[in-house]
Amino acid sequence: MIRALDRKLLRDLWGMKGQAVAIALVIGAGVATFIMARSTLDSLMLTQQGFYRRYRFADVFASLRQAPDAVRERLARIEGVQDVETRVTTAARLDVEGFTDPVTALIVSLPDRGQPLLNSIYLRAGRSVEPGHNDEVVVSEAFAEAHQLHPGSRLGATIRGKQRTLRIVGVALSPEFVYQLQPGAVIPDFRTYAILWMARKPLESAAEMEGGFNDVAIRLQAGASVEDVISRVDQVLARYGGLGAISRKDQLSNRYLSEEFKQLRQMATMLPVIFLGIAAFLLNVVVTRMITAQREQLAILKAFGYSTADVALHYIKLVVLVVLAGVAVGVGAGIWLAKGMVVMYMQFYRFPEILYVLRPPVVVTATLVSVGAAVTGTLYSVLKAARIPPAEAMQPAAPAGHGPALVERMGLARWLSQPTKMILRNISRRPAKALLTVVGIAFACGIVVIGGFYRNSLDYMVAVQFRYAQQQDITVTFVEPASERAMYSLGQMPGVKLVEPFRVAPAEFQFEQRMHRTSIRGIPEGNSLFRLLNTKLQPVDLPPEGIVLTDFLANQLKIHPGQMLTVRVLEGRRPVRQIPVAAVVREFVGISGYMRLPALNRLMREGPAISGVYMTTGAAERPAILRKLKNMPRVAGATLRESAVTNFYRTMARQMLIFVSINTIMAMTIAFGVVYNSVRIALSERSRELASLRVLGFTVGEIAYILLGELALLTIAALPLGCYIGWGLSAFIVRNLQTELFRVPPVIFPSTYSFAATVVVSAALISSAMVSRKLALLDLVAVLKARE
Amino acid sequence: MRMPTLPNTPAGEVVFSVRGVTKVYRMGEVEVQALRGITLDLYSGEFVVILGPSGSGKSTLLNILGGLDRATAGTVRYRGADLTHAGDRQLTEYRRYHAGFVFQFYNLIPSLTARENVAAVTEIARSPMKPEEALSMVGLGERLDHFPSQLSGGEQQRVAIARAIAKRPAVLLCDEPTGALDSATGIVVLEALAGVNRGLKTTTAVITHNAGIAMMADRVVRMSDGHITGVEQNPYPRQPRELTW
Repeated sequence: MIRALDRKLLRDLWGMKGQAVAIALVIGAGVATFIMARSTLDSLMLTQQGFYRRYRFADVFASLRQAPDAVRERLARIEGVQDVETRVTTAARLDVEGFTDPVTALIVSLPDRGQPLLNSIYLRAGRSVEPGHNDEVVVSEAFAEAHQLHPGSRLGATIRGKQRTLRIVGVALSPEFVYQLQPGAVIPDFRTYAILWMARKPLESAAEMEGGFNDVAIRLQAGASVEDVISRVDQVLARYGGLGAISRKDQLSNRYLSEEFKQLRQMATMLPVIFLGIAAFLLNVVVTRMITAQREQLAILKAFGYSTADVALHYIKLVVLVVLAGVAVGVGAGIWLAKGMVVMYMQFYRFPEILYVLRPPVVVTATLVSVGAAVTGTLYSVLKAARIPPAEAMQPAAPAGHGPALVERMGLARWLSQPTKMILRNISRRPAKALLTVVGIAFACGIVVIGGFYRNSLDYMVAVQFRYAQQQDITVTFVEPASERAMYSLGQMPGVKLVEPFRVAPAEFQFEQRMHRTSIRGIPEGNSLFRLLNTKLQPVDLPPEGIVLTDFLANQLKIHPGQMLTVRVLEGRRPVRQIPVAAVVREFVGISGYMRLPALNRLMREGPAISGVYMTTGAAERPAILRKLKNMPRVAGATLRESAVTNFYRTMARQMLIFVSINTIMAMTIAFGVVYNSVRIALSERSRELASLRVLGFTVGEIAYILLGELALLTIAALPLGCYIGWGLSAFIVRNLQTELFRVPPVIFPSTYSFAATVVVSAALISSAMVSRKLALLDLVAVLKARE
Repeated sequence: MRMPTLPNTPAGEVVFSVRGVTKVYRMGEVEVQALRGITLDLYSGEFVVILGPSGSGKSTLLNILGGLDRATAGTVRYRGADLTHAGDRQLTEYRRYHAGFVFQFYNLIPSLTARENVAAVTEIARSPMKPEEALSMVGLGERLDHFPSQLSGGEQQRVAIARAIAKRPAVLLCDEPTGALDSATGIVVLEALAGVNRGLKTTTAVITHNAGIAMMADRVVRMSDGHITGVEQNPYPRQPRELTW
């Protein structure tokens, strides 16, 4: 049998269903954000680990110029090495029918028979290569999708200057290329960079490397030291032009994937924690006021002999029911959103399948935080109400200290109508309550700002990095370092306005024990196309000597201008030098070291070599220029700045923005829930007073003015505070959202503030309309009959 | 403090012993002296009317007797147990098992039916009546499943009485029980109270400013301005239906 008190609970709940739904929405939105973010991240990590394990992702990787097959045995004998897989890799230029931009590929060998020992491939479609068919290749899924290639499609390829036609027999994924990024690029472009797998024998002959290999993957024995193995491998490979072995941590795809996950983790931690925290705070405020408004019923229960604990439990049940409903909705919505998010991430991170996981502790945490916030709010107000003797609690609260409001004391009283004075005095009489309402609405406004800021910051970042710092239209990279003559001949092409050379060399930087692998870019004096910016975003010239570092890199290495950086170049003669850091520059995307071109050439102990050129062109001639570049055998690739920007928005920015858009919707839900509850509670607190005014002859419009005028005033006061809170939280998020890939600057456009304000004001207007309907239905006779 | 558990005491035994009780309220910025040294005994099974104009302190006295409020000074004993220094837990226990309340404005829980309003109390009492039984004692056996909003004022007040007596309290404290009712309805309510007092031997204290009601009391206590101004025995209490006002 249901106890009478529990019936009261269910009926009370039904009576306040509007408010209950609003509260459940607030907490549901907070929980959904939290569940979505955490389970998306957990699922991606689980998927990654599963893929790495099942497809035997290697522990150590090494590239070299060329070594005979026999060296494999020496590598296998190194202590701690479990398996060794030698491979042949080579770069190629591809010709995709109907696609004008230059396309490059990395071709990786597969054993002539069977799967490789390490870094095996997952076939999505078709089959693997078969011995005896020298033109067969398996193509990476991302590239295949970008160009709608299928088993049976053909590709033109130029390998070592020789043109040939390749036949696609399969589409595949590999743990090595989950994040399919062209070396040197910052943003993946699936249309212009491909991974191809080819049988070892035909690839050896195409790469002119018969009986040899130029790439090694190693799996370690359990407990083996990565550093020891790497240094032994380097010793073995040194005389074969070894480029330095790296651990899995530095492997390109894995490293960028880790950085992306790091960024996602930060987003997935901070935003939801802020959301859930704010939802919990708002829930606490709402519950406190709701219970306070029930003080009379609470006193009756006490008068019957219900103990404070009974009464507290009663209200806790009421609140927990609402909160659990909210949590249930939030968990459901969170799971649904997370599944959608994971599918979307799969477009970008290439995994064979999604392993969706929602860890119980995530749900438990969300539930505990929500229920905890609600219960403390309930306990606080029940205990506060219980301290008052029931006799007093059943009386209407004593009129609080009266007095003219500040505005009136300033001498404006005679300009104010009685209802306006009621609004002002009501606020000034209970400033703490008014402040709490303002803070609640302000937080709601603030999280809408957070939702919008990320898009603003990305736009700003792109504008600075790709439109202000960089002025070139096309970046051309050569297959191998070339002389300056190559630049002049490119400059002769019709339509080319300005060319500037650059030299890029992979390098490892070390300061004290901290190391970082990236590249050095050499830029000529008087450069105008690729500009470096100081911390105030003003263009700066490179000093003639010394090296300049991206600010983020300098911070990572904890090195300051004037200190000596150890630079190990990983190309050519592989010089190692101490170079003074001359300055740091601000960059939002990628990390790098910069030197004057002649200084870099000297460091490399080479002549005036360049790796490529930046060029500006007339828009009309650009397609023709690209077509010509594509047919130049020494040109490895050409990237258009504008398509890099488009690509950035299409790929990297997209999932972040979708994540943020979902958060914005949640923030709007929270904002509405809070505003609606504020005005509903105000109505229940003041319905007697307002009904009395109706009895005295006030119209519904006039009493609505008294009630909603106060809400309007508090909402207006909350907007600037809300924008400030939004800015502060955004700045906090940004500080924790810095990775090698990009550092989002804390930028909020005025449009974001006005959007947040619009959301809050709309919530206030809708809530007002809903409450006005209730004002029209106030029971005047009941007020006359009831006590007081 | 241990509460005596007997539901009733022989006639003539002192149930409440009030000695020198004062009460000062702070209402906002104003101090109100509601009781200025009250000394009074209430006896088992008697029907007492406390009579006085509004502001005389009678409600304050009743609230203190009922453990709904605390005296500022003086002592109140219920069957020898000190209510003035009792903690929240003891006062809760006192209200739960010993005292029943009837308020001027009924104070029913709007979301519960008549039966459920009574059940809310019987569920926590020690040997209560059935809610239906209590409701038929006040003549509401037919309206068990009506919500307060579907009942007239007199009916609501009778539900409140049923709710107060259902736990078989030792004392029944009524604050202007007919104050919001017309006289015909008021008499029905008073008959219900008198019936309970006779049938259950419940010590009943009714406060009112209505001198007519005093005619049905065993004893009348007159109050004014926080003082007791007189106590009269009524050797021939009238039946409620004989009263007029």
